[in-house]
Amino acid sequence: MVPLSWYVGLSSALFLVGLVGVLVRRNTLVVLLCIEIMLNAVNVNFVAFSKYQHVIDAQILVFFVITVAAAEVAIGLGIIISLFRLKGSVNIDDFNILKL
Amino acid sequence: MSFSLVNILGTMPEIYLTFFGCVILILDTMIPSEKRSWLAYFTIASLLFAMIASYGLNGKGLPLYQGLYIIDPFSNFFKMIIYIAAIITILFSLPYLDREDIHIGEYYAFILFSTVGMMVMVSAGDLITLFLGIELMSLCFYVMVGLKRGSHRSVEASFKYFLLGAFSAAIFLFGISFLYGATGTETISGIAAFVANPGSLKPMILLGIVLTLVGFAFKISAAPFHMWTPDVYEGAPTVVTGFMSTASKIAAFGVFLRVFWVSFSADKIDWNILIVILSILSMLVGNLVALRQTNIKRMLAYSSIGHAGYASMALLQPNRESLFALMFYLFVYMFMTLGAFGIVLMLRKSGEEGEEISDLVGLHKRHPVAAFAMLVFMFSLAGIPPFGGFLAKFYVFFAVIHAGYAWLAVVGIIFAAIGAFYYLRIVMLMYMKDPESAVEFKSSSLGRLGLLLTAGMTVFLGVYPTPFVEYIKSSLAIFIP
Repeated sequence: MVPLSWYVGLSSALFLVGLVGVLVRRNTLVVLLCIEIMLNAVNVNFVAFSKYQHVIDAQILVFFVITVAAAEVAIGLGIIISLFRLKGSVNIDDFNILKL
Repeated sequence: MSFSLVNILGTMPEIYLTFFGCVILILDTMIPSEKRSWLAYFTIASLLFAMIASYGLNGKGLPLYQGLYIIDPFSNFFKMIIYIAAIITILFSLPYLDREDIHIGEYYAFILFSTVGMMVMVSAGDLITLFLGIELMSLCFYVMVGLKRGSHRSVEASFKYFLLGAFSAAIFLFGISFLYGATGTETISGIAAFVANPGSLKPMILLGIVLTLVGFAFKISAAPFHMWTPDVYEGAPTVVTGFMSTASKIAAFGVFLRVFWVSFSADKIDWNILIVILSILSMLVGNLVALRQTNIKRMLAYSSIGHAGYASMALLQPNRESLFALMFYLFVYMFMTLGAFGIVLMLRKSGEEGEEISDLVGLHKRHPVAAFAMLVFMFSLAGIPPFGGFLAKFYVFFAVIHAGYAWLAVVGIIFAAIGAFYYLRIVMLMYMKDPESAVEFKSSSLGRLGLLLTAGMTVFLGVYPTPFVEYIKSSLAIFIP
């Protein structure tokens, strides 16, 4: 049986890949994908812990996370489309009217 | 496993609002566009209806759905604040939406759905329920921020909010997954038992606490997780900004408090230091950066960051006094902030919103009543007696001193004094200078009612708070199944 630490290592690595991707990538669609990777890293964690704790709770939670992620992507793509209509670009550097 | 009718009855307010939200979406396609304003009255009626239903459940400490959902006086109090904030928002929004040409039906449905999300948040007895509540609220806000679809600023704000919101949700979930891994349960009270005796799994628990803290800090817009706040508040339609800066923040505080006081209270020493850092940074950023803002919506955004700093000081010591201080603070904060945004959204300048601070110059000469209402809100936000904001700060600082953090209270008072400068600058500009730009103040009867309500309550809470103090004291119990 694969030890738990491997799963946690995998999910942490996935989470970091997503985190770094959100921070450094400039294409909004890729950023959206990176957020999905972060959420799926969480799912790996939940399933692994659930298996090792012998409780089913978290495997149910995974379905909720998948559903919420789908809703989030639907709204996110909608927002990106309306931004693209206004600016003709999906590059984050072009969205700079509001000063940070 | 049994499923009794009590579960359904206990969640009736949420079910009503979801149902009415769907009805509004259907009605929107059926009624002619000139009669759309009826949807606003319908929304207010459904909120009042749910409010009465919630009031009927008051005082009953019930774990519903096997502890996934909790109805207690504490959550009922937060629900009342959220209902009132939603109703006042709708009072403000009717003429505003027409002027800004926002498609109306969706807006009211989203107000109701996000209200349901916040109600789920403050009633959550389980981290799954909590996460779903936060997401339901946030998804509605992402859309509402971008409702001005022709405006670059609005859509851009919506995108920024979406990106950072989804990012923080992922971090929050990662924290939940570690808490679950260590404890094998997601119920808030179940985690508490484990946090008291963590054994060798302490690092996992700590990681979970820090990551969930980041998620909450994002939602209450405390520094250093505040970067989205000024941009989103500036770009969003002003009614949405008002609703977002009050209701969503208050709901987030409610759930922040429940999770940290119930689940993590055994580990208080570790997270207290994090909250101290959070609150000092928020007061620093909120009060100092607000000094050099020229846009009033950005200024109010920084002001709300500062207020998150004051309020989170009350989270340090889990006892009745701090709980009372925080609840009173949020109650007052709702009226004064919503009122200030209400004034801003009624200012018009040549067909646009007058949202620069220079637009307020000399307001007293043209519209003395509006200027006076703004004076009330600014004095109250600055914490000057006899307005509600003073008492709120007073209670919080006392709770902090009794919690053993006297130095933190001193820091808070110093920042409050710095903050008073930029609030009073607005009052000075309104009263001491002559008007420069042609700014109109366009109010409607509903909007005036909203202003009367917010300004009246801000004064009332400072002068004669007794009935509300009694009410809040009766709602202090946090139910632990």
